[in-house]
Amino acid sequence: MSATTATRATGVARADGRRPSTTLDRRAFWHLIGRLLVLGALIGLVIIVIYPMLWMGIGSLKTNTEILSDPFALPASPDLSSYGRAIDRGVGVYFVNSVIVTGASVVFTTLLSAWAAYGLTRVTIPFSRTILMVIVGGLMLAPTVAVIPLVKLLQAWGIYDTYWALILLYTAFRVPFTTFLIRSYMIDLPSSVDEAAFIDGASRAQIFWRITMPMCKPILVSAVVLQILFAWNEFLFALIFVGTESLKTLPVGLATLSSRAVTDYPAVFAGMTIAAVPMIVLFFLSQKYFVRGLADGIGK
Amino acid sequence: MSERTTAEHAGPLGLVRYASRVGGQGPTAGRTGRRWRALVWVIPGLALVLVFVYYPLVLNFWYSASKLNLFTGELSFVGLDNYTRMANDPVFWRSLVNNVLYAGISVVFQVFFALVLAAVIESQVKSGRWRAALRSIYFLPSAMSLTVTGLLFSFIYQPEGGLLNGILDAVGLDHLQQAWLGNSSTAMLAIIAMSQWQGFGYSTLLFAVAIQRIPNEIYEAASIDGVGPFRQIFTVTIPLIREMTGLMMIVTMSGAFQVFNEVMVMTSGGPDNSTHVLGTWLYRSGFVKNDFGYAAAIAVVIFVITLALAIVQVRYTSRKRVVW
Repeated sequence: MSATTATRATGVARADGRRPSTTLDRRAFWHLIGRLLVLGALIGLVIIVIYPMLWMGIGSLKTNTEILSDPFALPASPDLSSYGRAIDRGVGVYFVNSVIVTGASVVFTTLLSAWAAYGLTRVTIPFSRTILMVIVGGLMLAPTVAVIPLVKLLQAWGIYDTYWALILLYTAFRVPFTTFLIRSYMIDLPSSVDEAAFIDGASRAQIFWRITMPMCKPILVSAVVLQILFAWNEFLFALIFVGTESLKTLPVGLATLSSRAVTDYPAVFAGMTIAAVPMIVLFFLSQKYFVRGLADGIGK
Repeated sequence: MSERTTAEHAGPLGLVRYASRVGGQGPTAGRTGRRWRALVWVIPGLALVLVFVYYPLVLNFWYSASKLNLFTGELSFVGLDNYTRMANDPVFWRSLVNNVLYAGISVVFQVFFALVLAAVIESQVKSGRWRAALRSIYFLPSAMSLTVTGLLFSFIYQPEGGLLNGILDAVGLDHLQQAWLGNSSTAMLAIIAMSQWQGFGYSTLLFAVAIQRIPNEIYEAASIDGVGPFRQIFTVTIPLIREMTGLMMIVTMSGAFQVFNEVMVMTSGGPDNSTHVLGTWLYRSGFVKNDFGYAAAIAVVIFVITLALAIVQVRYTSRKRVVW
């Protein structure tokens, strides 16, 4: 916006009081309007995204009557007791279950995938390309498709309705993605360090743990973060393979809570907030790794 | 080892294509016994995938041709009976149409809208910190579980004390107020709208990453040619990330055929079965009506659709690529 010299032509008066020229300043004017519209739209979208989330947090501080009356009103006296009631009504147990299942599946998925990625990039193994295709090809299969046979299989193996059902499924269905992610990072690492260590007499396992894994730290963090997000929020398997109330994870537990606690909406809002906040915090703490994992996962 | 090809850059399924074409074994070196022993690295992961992902898939085909009761263990072969029943089941067709609707609307908002949004953010917002802040804020709903966002929107859509009716009232459109999820003509669209709210930021973030990878010189050249920053969005940015756009379209459609969580939480398929999608109709047929063979047949339909999309994706990502 440099057109501030003209004095002749009439046009729209500008904020600085000078009169714009017809050609250059009209363009600057429309440019300004365009930018204002764009910024307005971006800010409007921020409000559309943020307001419902704030509304959820505020709802947890209201009374049941307040929730059912004016949706815009703030709570007359903010009341944190809904969190205690939510925890008593099961959210505490669901939270612990989610931590257990998420934690175990993160450990297994990352380890098995890193091993597989190492085997596929650093070690000469028979049928390596076929194995690669089979593992990564698992990504093509929708979890929904496997659900009914899995009920029968997990029942037969005696792990239906246990933590193990979810831990094993969350691992098996995420190994394809995670292996892909770690493999594509490992393949770019120089193998000269490996070879030097090998000549010095280090075993494969020592090289893996002492050299390769530390070098892969950035992508391992991405893998861990994405696995946490997946396992914490997963619903389909959690609904079907766990029925016992005391074993339910947050997504299924919250759905149960909302259908039972119809007279205590603040507790439901509190439960939702308890489930959402850890992932929001995780996202802000590890944004860089999130973005990297998501971007590499879909195609570089 | 320099096995890296352009397929490496084409995402997971590009790699599948690459591996399938080259086929055979890796480079041969070392003694045979050593090589077989080296399989321990891949066996745990491979075994888990075979047992929990591939094996059930194969079993599912058999079940889809059976009458199956998982609670009593009854299993008898019925041929194509489940499929003929499916062809005559109005709720099945309704579910399929809802999935298609889901896919169509999601492509509009999570691909086209997200693409333009990402391009606008990257070109029109001058401060890097603000660009990052906007991308993060838009992404936030994607970090929340679909149960949470589904429940949240159930409250937003509620006739009494719901946010949406409150807003309509505040802007003088109170004649539009209704029980959004209780009305079979609005319930499906209300669920899909929630899904767009949750998902657009995820694809915006991915598009933004793709845009950041376009070399600056191309924009400089466009500026020298007199193309303004806004027109550059359509003449430079969007054409140059069309591969990402294609990929996102396929991924988004595939996701739309696997919808389950939000529908279960918000309506469970009601009212009058109007919001069933293939996933929820499968669940209801199996786990509620105890008709597991029929549910397995629905699973086959989901399998065929998502596999077809995956194959399109594999072919798409293994084409000649724009490289800079």
